[in-house]
Amino acid sequence: MELFINQVLAGIATGAIYACMALAIVMIFQAIDHLNFAQGEMAMFSTFIAWQLMQWGVPYWWAFLLTLAISFVAGIVIERLLFKPLAKAPILTNVAGFIALYAIINSVAGLIWDFTIKQFPSPFGSSPFLGSQLISTHQAGMIGVTIALLIALFFFFRFTRIGLAMRAAATLPESARLVGINTSWMIALGWGMASAIGAIAGILIAPVVFLEPNMMLGILLYGFAAAVLGGLTSPLGAVIGGFLVGVFENLVGTYIPGVGNELKLPIALALIVIVLVVKPTGLMGHTVVKRV
Amino acid sequence: MSTVQESVPAAAVPTVNATARKSSTLGRTTSLIVLAVMLIMPLFVRNFIIFQVTMVLIYGIAVLALNILTGGSGQFSLGQSAFFAIGAYAAAILIEHGNVNYALTLPIAGVICFIFGFLFGFPALRLSGIYLALATYALAVAMPQLLKLGVIEHWTGGVQGLVVTKPDAPFGLPISQDMWLYYFTLAVTLAIYIASTNLLKSRSGRAMMAIRDNEIAASAMGVDISLYKTLAFGISAGITGVAGALGAIAVQFVAPDSYTFTLAIALFLGMVVGGVGWLPGSFAGAAFIVFVPNIAEGISKGLSGAFFGVLLFIVIYLVPHGARQVAILAESLFNKMKKP
Repeated sequence: MELFINQVLAGIATGAIYACMALAIVMIFQAIDHLNFAQGEMAMFSTFIAWQLMQWGVPYWWAFLLTLAISFVAGIVIERLLFKPLAKAPILTNVAGFIALYAIINSVAGLIWDFTIKQFPSPFGSSPFLGSQLISTHQAGMIGVTIALLIALFFFFRFTRIGLAMRAAATLPESARLVGINTSWMIALGWGMASAIGAIAGILIAPVVFLEPNMMLGILLYGFAAAVLGGLTSPLGAVIGGFLVGVFENLVGTYIPGVGNELKLPIALALIVIVLVVKPTGLMGHTVVKRV
Repeated sequence: MSTVQESVPAAAVPTVNATARKSSTLGRTTSLIVLAVMLIMPLFVRNFIIFQVTMVLIYGIAVLALNILTGGSGQFSLGQSAFFAIGAYAAAILIEHGNVNYALTLPIAGVICFIFGFLFGFPALRLSGIYLALATYALAVAMPQLLKLGVIEHWTGGVQGLVVTKPDAPFGLPISQDMWLYYFTLAVTLAIYIASTNLLKSRSGRAMMAIRDNEIAASAMGVDISLYKTLAFGISAGITGVAGALGAIAVQFVAPDSYTFTLAIALFLGMVVGGVGWLPGSFAGAAFIVFVPNIAEGISKGLSGAFFGVLLFIVIYLVPHGARQVAILAESLFNKMKKP
């Protein structure tokens, strides 16, 4: 029983990573109805910016804030320059665009910072948390930041004018335009926010998985799994999905023999396929009815 | 949280932008000229170039398979590298462990991949557009890890992979291994190309295209949507498997890390560059993905990803129909020059 509880705790800790990533994925899905395959690479690049700033001697929290600001602006710029002209294009074209962005960012990061792995500092330290061997202070901090982020997003969407406008633009673009909402800029804002949330995820993950250009490949897949499980339309669902996926991954690894580290990615694949087939809306998503 | 939401009618935004105006093949004269060039080409160039052109043909087959899936039935896949890997491993294991003749491994690899693709097509049935891209993306990312599994290491060679012996030319023909393999690949390519064009022109092909253009209308006309969608997935996977088997024989080596997501990106890129739904374009796209990275690496090491990405954006913006659009443009220019 103690093993079980410990594994669940450890699962929640890794789940926080996936929850953060899933949150960024859901943000952008809400805004543009597409999955951004370059999301992980964008987060990776942001993390490298933070690392570079710290190398130049900027203190941790200043580097953190600066990176968020840079990522936010970069997200908006990418949307304005590259994806706004594709808004009416078929899905295939959009996916091709995301793939292109993925390839560019990955390659450029490798070119600037090369492919050797780098240490990334944690503001929370890495001593055991409250005497537990399985959860470190960094992981506890990660869970805390994820939950704080979720609450902040909830308040933003629920109680601010601009949050309401973003929700309106995402659900009924036509009607939103009629009441005077600039839907095109709401999409850009969605990109910016997703990019900033991705940056937070990257900075939190980097002390755990180490910093290198390919660090996000597996995590993005798990983030997708979490987002799909929680329902692609709900931020709360994404976070819950993230924690569930983390716990699930740990329990499967502990109790089913032969499933070690080497099956991590196939588990995510199986999870995505099963959820999409059994319950495509996820746990908290809502059904989208198509009119013929 | 279960609000029902209306969305734009499905027909307004098609998943694929494939024009049906021009036929999906080249004219007869052009085809014969291209074939003649392909036949005599190896007599004049070095072995390395022959090898590269062989690779273009092999990737061309894989891109063609993706084109049947996307251009034909309107589904798309970011997971073709997984089927390519299964085909390659099937061939390698059969040759090295089972002592099967290399030519026989192609149909076997094809059938195995067809079954895999057909089975994967079932969950894919319930997914459309972006969800399908997601599921196939997961497949592509997970495949290298599946191949490294300890349980099947005896067969797959684990991380190290397998070395495949290169076949000699049969009947004591006085040509090099590379050249023989080239002609062998060319023959397979031709067979697959002709079969594919006929498939798209057949009743089944028309049914697939009907699904691509409007699923609901197609089902109203009596097209069995689930059958044709899974069939398209299976056929596409099968052909990709044959390409994978050929690739394993040509490169003489299979390893899990040769079949990563990067390969899936390359094949997808090949299709977009060649023009979605235009079969000859597959080979233009394949030539692009074989030769362009070499040029990019020549400029700066590790830059090929960025180069690929930028070119992909240029294609999306300037020539959204890829090589096909260029071909049509060239044809109309040619006709204009002939008139006066």
